[in-house]
Amino acid sequence: MPVSVLLILGMGAAVGFISGLFGIGGGFLMTPLLIFLGIPPAVAVATQSAQIVASSTTSALGALRRKALDFKLGGILVAGGLVGSALGVWSFAAARRAGQLDLVIVISYVTLFTVVGSLMLKESVREFWTKRKGGSVRLRRKAGEHASYLGLPLRIRFYRSKLYASVIPILGLALFIGFAGALLGIGGGFILVPALLYVFRVPTGVVVGTSQFQIVCTTLVSLILHAVANQAVDIVLAILLIVGGVFGAQFGARAGRYLRAELFRFLLALLLLAVGLRFAMELVVEPDELFSIAVQEARE
Amino acid sequence: MRALLGLLLLVLGLGPASAETLITSLSNHRVLINSNYTGTSIAVFGAIERDAQTVARATPYDVVVTVRGPSQYLVVREKEPIGPVWINQEQQKFPTAPSYLSVLTSRPVEEITSPQLRQRQKVGLDAIIGAPDFTNTREGADRPFREALYRLKEEEGLYLEDERGVTFMTPSIFRASIPLPATAPPGNYEVEVLLLADTVILARTTTNFELVKTGFEQQVGEVARDWSLFYGLATALLAVFFGWGANVIFRRD
Repeated sequence: MPVSVLLILGMGAAVGFISGLFGIGGGFLMTPLLIFLGIPPAVAVATQSAQIVASSTTSALGALRRKALDFKLGGILVAGGLVGSALGVWSFAAARRAGQLDLVIVISYVTLFTVVGSLMLKESVREFWTKRKGGSVRLRRKAGEHASYLGLPLRIRFYRSKLYASVIPILGLALFIGFAGALLGIGGGFILVPALLYVFRVPTGVVVGTSQFQIVCTTLVSLILHAVANQAVDIVLAILLIVGGVFGAQFGARAGRYLRAELFRFLLALLLLAVGLRFAMELVVEPDELFSIAVQEARE
Repeated sequence: MRALLGLLLLVLGLGPASAETLITSLSNHRVLINSNYTGTSIAVFGAIERDAQTVARATPYDVVVTVRGPSQYLVVREKEPIGPVWINQEQQKFPTAPSYLSVLTSRPVEEITSPQLRQRQKVGLDAIIGAPDFTNTREGADRPFREALYRLKEEEGLYLEDERGVTFMTPSIFRASIPLPATAPPGNYEVEVLLLADTVILARTTTNFELVKTGFEQQVGEVARDWSLFYGLATALLAVFFGWGANVIFRRD
C-alpha cells in the first residue's frame, strides 16, 4: 500500500491530539480517515485496533495507578465485550465474503455517528441554555430514583461504582460495544463512557478507567481474531499509527485542560456528525467507477 | 490436375510453416524485488532461422509476445443504486484470470492476424479477455464486466497492450521489453512468443521467469499469512508495550 509514512504519522498525531483532548480512544476518527485515504476498510479496521490497544493501555495503567478502576464492573464488561468481539469479527469475515463489507462498515458508521452525534449535540445545547438561564445541571440521581431495567434479575452490588444493578443491561451494553468495536475498528469509549455516566450513573472518577480497562481487553482479543480470521492487520501501519497517536495524545491532554466542558462536548458532537455525514456522502453520491475487483481466496 | 494443384497449394501453404525456427531468450529468469522496488522490465530477444530450402518471404515477419502472471480468482462487482444508496449488486467471477497480462506486438494485432485466428488462438488482450472460458457462465450482461476488469487492471498497469512493443533490429532479429510495475505480484510468469507472417502462425515458443519478493516486507507478509496467530499476538504485544511505554514516559505524578 503506497501511502506516505509522514502522512500516517501526522494523522496519528492529529487524531491522538483530539483523542487526548476529549479523553476518547480516537479509533472512531482514525478508521474513517484511513478509509477516506484509500486504505481498504478491512485493513483500516483491523489495524486500527492495534492503535486502540496501545492508547487504552496507557490510560488504563494511569487509572490503575490512581485507583480509579472498578475491576468487578470492568470484568463483567469484558465478559460481555469478548462475546461481542467474537461476533463482530465473525460478521466482518462473513460480510467480506459476500462482497458487502464496505457497505456494512459505511452504513454502521453513518447510523452510529449521526445518532450519537445528534444526541450529544442536543444534550450539550440544552446544557448550554440551562447554564445561561442560571440553572444548574443535575447529574446526581435523586435517592430512590432507578431506571426499571436496572432492577432486572441477577443484581450485583458494585461498591466502587456505587451501583447496585442487574448484570443483564451491563452485559448487553458490553456485547454491543464489543461487536461494534470489532466490526468498525473503534474502541467504543465514546459510547461506553456516556452510557456508564448517564444510564448507570457510575461516578465520573471510575468511569474512564473502567471503560479503558474494558476496551484494552476486548480490543486485544479482536486484534488477534482479526489477524487470524481475516489476516488484515498491517504491523507497519499499526506502529506508525501508535507512535503518532502516543505523542499527539499527550499534547491533546494538556490542551484539554484549557477547554470548557460544555464547549468540549459540543465540539465533539459536531465532529461525530461531520464524520457521519462524510460517510453518508460516500453512500449517496454516484461513484466515478461503478465496478470493483476483489481477489477471492481460492478455498471455497 | 486439379487435385495436383490442390496438393501443390497445400504444400505451399503448409510447407513454410515448418521452415522457420524461432529462438527466444529472456534477459533474466528471476526478478528479485525488495521493498524499494518501483518496477522494472525484462527484455525478450528472438531470432528467426530459415532452413536452406525455403525462399525468402514477400511479407515481413510479425511477432506477438504474450506475458501472463500467476492466475488469481477475481470477482468483479458492479454498484447499482437502491433507493438513494449505491450498493454492490451484480458480480461476475473470473476463476483463473492472470494477475498480470501484457501483449506486445510488432504491429497492431488487427493487422497481423485474422479475427478467427485471434479468437481461436487467443491472440491479443481483447481476445484473451473476451474468450468464453475466461469467466464462469452467468445470466445477464457479460461484456461490461470483462471491460471493467480490463479497465481496472489497466489503470493499475497490470494489463496492457503495446502495438509497438516488439522491435525488429534486422529482418530476422527482434527484441521486446516487458514492463513490470511495482504492483506486479510475485510468482511464475509465462512468456509466449508467436511468430507470424501473412496472418499465419509460423512458430511458437514459451519460456518462464519468476518474480520473487525478498526483504522485510515479504517476510512480514509471509509471517502474517502462515503464522497468523503468532503475528496477531506479536502485534498485540507490541501495542501493549507501546501503551505501557507511553504511560511510563509521560507519567504526570
